[in-house]
This record gives sequence, C-alpha cells and structure tokens, in this order.
Amino acid sequence: MTYEKVAAISQVLSLMMFIAMFAGVVAFALWPSNGKRFEDAQRSALDLDLETREKAGRS
Amino acid sequence: MSALGKVSRFAGASIGGGPSFIATAVGGSMTMSEDRNRLSDALAMFAMAAVAAAGLTIVFETVEPAMMFHGALFALGAVLFIVFMMSYKGTRDAGSDFTDGPIRLAVVASIFWGIAGFLVGDILAWQLAMPALNFDLPWISFGRLRPLHTSAVIFAFGGNVLLATSFYVVQRTCHARLAGRWAPWFVVWGYNLFICIAGTGYLLGITQGKEYAEPEWYADLWLTIVWVTYLLVFLGTLWKRKEPHIYVANWFYLAFIVTVAMLHLVNNAAVPVSFVGSKSYIVYSGVQDAMTQWWYGHNAVGFFLTAGFLGIMYYFIPKRIERPVYSYRLSIVHFWTLIFLYIWAGPHHLHYTALPDWAQTLGMTFSIMLWMPSWGGMINGLMSLAGAWDKLRTDPVVRLLVVSVAFYGMSTFEGPMMSIKAVNSLSHYTDWGIGHVHSGSLGWVAMVSFGAIYCLVPWLWNRRGLYSLKLVEWHFWTATIGILLYITAMWVSGITQGLMWRAYDKLGFLQYSFIETVEAMKPYYVIRAIGGLLFITGALIMAYNVWRTIRGDEIRDLADQPRVAAAPALRLQPAE
Repeated sequence: MTYEKVAAISQVLSLMMFIAMFAGVVAFALWPSNGKRFEDAQRSALDLDLETREKAGRS
Repeated sequence: MSALGKVSRFAGASIGGGPSFIATAVGGSMTMSEDRNRLSDALAMFAMAAVAAAGLTIVFETVEPAMMFHGALFALGAVLFIVFMMSYKGTRDAGSDFTDGPIRLAVVASIFWGIAGFLVGDILAWQLAMPALNFDLPWISFGRLRPLHTSAVIFAFGGNVLLATSFYVVQRTCHARLAGRWAPWFVVWGYNLFICIAGTGYLLGITQGKEYAEPEWYADLWLTIVWVTYLLVFLGTLWKRKEPHIYVANWFYLAFIVTVAMLHLVNNAAVPVSFVGSKSYIVYSGVQDAMTQWWYGHNAVGFFLTAGFLGIMYYFIPKRIERPVYSYRLSIVHFWTLIFLYIWAGPHHLHYTALPDWAQTLGMTFSIMLWMPSWGGMINGLMSLAGAWDKLRTDPVVRLLVVSVAFYGMSTFEGPMMSIKAVNSLSHYTDWGIGHVHSGSLGWVAMVSFGAIYCLVPWLWNRRGLYSLKLVEWHFWTATIGILLYITAMWVSGITQGLMWRAYDKLGFLQYSFIETVEAMKPYYVIRAIGGLLFITGALIMAYNVWRTIRGDEIRDLADQPRVAAAPALRLQPAE
C-alpha cells in the first residue's frame, strides 16, 4: 500500500461521503411531509401568529 | 453573602436562571431554589476570588510593567464582578420570563466599542493619507493601532452584538430562560474584560503577531474560559427549551460558537516563556503555521462574521416584518452547505506562496462553491420581503437589515471571485482586499447589527418605540454613502496598485518604483477617510438615538413607527 494509493482511496471515499451527506440534507429539507412541519415550527418559534401566541399563553 | 442569599419570592423567580424554573417544576418549593441560588452565588464568588488572586500573583511576580498592568486589570475586573454580584437585585427582569440584564449590558457595550473601533479605523485612514499624523508616537503608530481597530470592530463591536442577539434569540425562539444564574453575566463581563486586556496590550506592544489572533497566551486562556461558559449557557438554554423545534437562527449561532472555540484553541496553541510574562511561542512554524493561521483567519470571517450574523438575519428580518422567512427549506440547505464549505476556504489567502499548489487550488475551489450557499441565503433573506416591499420605504430599520443582506450578497460574490488565482494575482496585497473586507464588515456585519440594535433597544428597555425613526433614516444614509465612498475608492486604488506593481517597460524592468505607487494612492486614501468619517457620524447618531430611547424620552414620531417597534407587551394588536 503506497502513500499515493491511500491518498487516492481516502480522497474518493471522502468525496462520496460529502456527496451522500449533501444528498441527505437536501432530501431532509425537501421531503414533502416536512414542509408543513417546518412552516408550523417556524411560526411557533417566531411567535408569528396570534393563535400560536395565545396557545402558548403569551401576549 | 447574606444579601445574596436572601431570596424573596419574587426576585427568586426573576434573577434565577435555571433554579426558578426547577422550583416551579417541583411545585413552587422555594427551598430548593434558594439552596441552588446560594450554591451558585458561593461558586461564583469563589471563582472570582481565584481570578483576583491569579491577577495579583502576576502583579507581584512579573518583571514587565505591561504585564503588571494586565495582572491588575484581571484583579480589578474580578473585584468589580464581586461587587456587582453583591449589589445586584435583578429588579428589571422581575416578572419577565427571560433574563435580559446581560443582553442590555452587551448592547450598550457594542455601541461603545463600535464607535471606538470606527474612530480608530478612521484615524488610521487619515494616517495613511497623511503619515505625519502618527506624530512619531509609538503607541499610536499604524502597527499598533491597526490590530486595535480590527479587534475593536470585529471582536468588541461584533462580538458584543453576537452575545446580545444570541442570548435574546435563543430565549425567545426556545421560549425558555437563559441557563445559569451568574453564567450569562459572566460571559458578557468576562468577554469585555478580554477586550480590555487585548486592546491595551496592543498599544503597549504585546502581540503574538497573528492577524486577528494577536492577544497573547494569558488573554487567550481567559477567552477560552469565557467562551466555554458561553457555549454551556447556549446549550443549556437549548436543552430546556419548550419549543420542540430548534429554530434555524440558533443553528447558525451554535455553529458560530462551536467553530470559534475550535479555531481559537488550535490557532493559539503556544508555549509561554514564563507564567508571569507576556511572551509565548506558537507551536507551529513555517508554512504549517501560515496554513493554520489562515484556516483560522478565514473561518473567523466565515463563522464569526457570517454564521453568527446570519443568525441575526434569520431572526430579526422575519420579526421586524412579521412574516416567516421566504423558504425554511432553503434555510436548512443554506446552513449545512455554508458550514461544510466555509471551513475549507482558508488556503485562498496563501496563493502563490510556499503552500503546496494542490492546497491552494482546493481553497480556491471551495471558495467558488461558497457562491451557492451565500447567494441562497441572500435570496432567502431578501425574498422574505415578498409582498411587503413597501416596508423598505416606510421603515428605515427594515432598510438597514435588507441593505445589509444585499451587501452580503455583493461581498460574497466578490470574495470567491478574488479567490480565483488569476484574479488574486492582481488583487492580493492591494487595497482591493481592504475594500472587499469593508464591504463585508461595514455593509453586511455593521448594517445588520445596527438594524438588530434598533429593534432590540425598545424591546429590552420596554419602550413604545425608538426615540426617533427619522434619526435612523439619517443614520442609514450617512452610513450608506460612507460605505460607497470607502469601497469605490478602494476598488480604484487597489486595481491601480495591482496594475502598477506588475507593469514592465520594454526592456523588462519594473515601470514604477514602489513609492510611485504609494503616491498614486493619495486621493483615494483621502476619499476613504471621508467615507469612514461619514460612517462614524452615522454611528454617533445611533448612539444619541439609543441613549434618548433608553432614557425614556418622549418619542418624536411614534405614529410613523410600525407596531413591532414597541416592546412585545406594549404592542397594539394587528388590525387584520
């Protein structure tokens, strides 16, 4: 096993790992059922709707 | 101690961080909360006494006058914090669900340091135009004032803005009080002590000579303690959140805190010559040191000046315009891609040096890939205004926030372009770099900070609005014109410089001597200094406006201000 070989294998593997991680992030972000969840979570965290504020007992 | 131990029913709920929540959770029993408060008081006192003792040891053991001064600063800082703890009543936060005291302190500190840092920067600009202005005094020579300027604006101004906004945002979006009783106070106070140690050190000639990491080993150790506490307070608050989802702004803040800790520890690894002396030696040497330094340096830009401030963008723009961000999905992709790519971009600072060519190309490639997350984020910020563009005209605070995002887009377009080797061969070491940095720092970082400060002050001091929205308008225009003068002057100057440096005559000799290129810069340096003066003027207008708002003076143009300008409890309900 030469240095060149180890370097080549690790470079290809890490490239594939990064591509897989990126694909994972994109899939998570774009997953159809997540859309509504994100929207609700965001409005609730930002206290954006009157109903959300009242539900949480805040004025 | 007795004054601290005495916890009334009301104050106990207001000044305690975790303890009061726990007390509520176990059915309102005050004994447990009281015990915990006493314990944290005792621990805080003990820690501060240890800091004071360490400071005094340095004072008595060192042979360096500057180090003696720093030992005394540590001791004084610790004693002041003890006095503060003894006298603190926590009355302001009484009845509130949040710990806002440390945030108010950080807001005021950020404005103070901002003006100090801008002022030193403009003095430097005038010194470059007229070198005689250093008056041959060593303490105000360019070499000492320059790190004072960069540290004051990045770490003192920017850092306090990040502390203030992150503590505000994490509490509001988690619907939980800050973790810790004294820890949040310690973070803000300890961070500002670090700034004082670092800044006075530069003027006295103490530096380890690493750009943006000039403070010596003892200041670095102190910052490590403060930063780990900051991380724990932030994580502790996330831990006890009542909101199931962690809002995206908190992800950006957390990435900023974790990465800065890592960068700080690795880049500052050093061996001090003596435990009571200022001098230390960095463990790396040669090109490894250069690479570590620019891995640190560029990620200080990427995580301190970008990720943290994107946290501000993702909270303050939607809150101020009362609309969700354009695409929450895009914000998730924005976050992960930005975090993964930025960390590799550092080598573009070392093009055409002893750094291996493949590493330079790697840095360039990742910098170019950064276009995608940067512009994705910019589009997300700008498009949040879709359907509410009129606010850009009616609310100068929105305009500050939105124009900052536009500058973010512009400087993150320029940066990757300058990282391309062929462009870099012209732009590197010239004023173009200075212009680029300032379009990012003045246009993006400072403008988004001003926007956040204008939001925060009435919210934190419980006012119905800002003292004057018209003054915000004035601030916006003076700052914007100042920035435009600054960056256009530096574009012309930088490209002129680059072209003059590489110009050859027919016989292959350099066409210009170095001093001729310096002479050619003069008019642009004067324009730049004028731009800086306008920028400071804007900041002074802000300080006046903030001061009048905090004092609670009668608001001049309440009718013109949107309902969100008021503190949450004083807001009118929306008409729709």
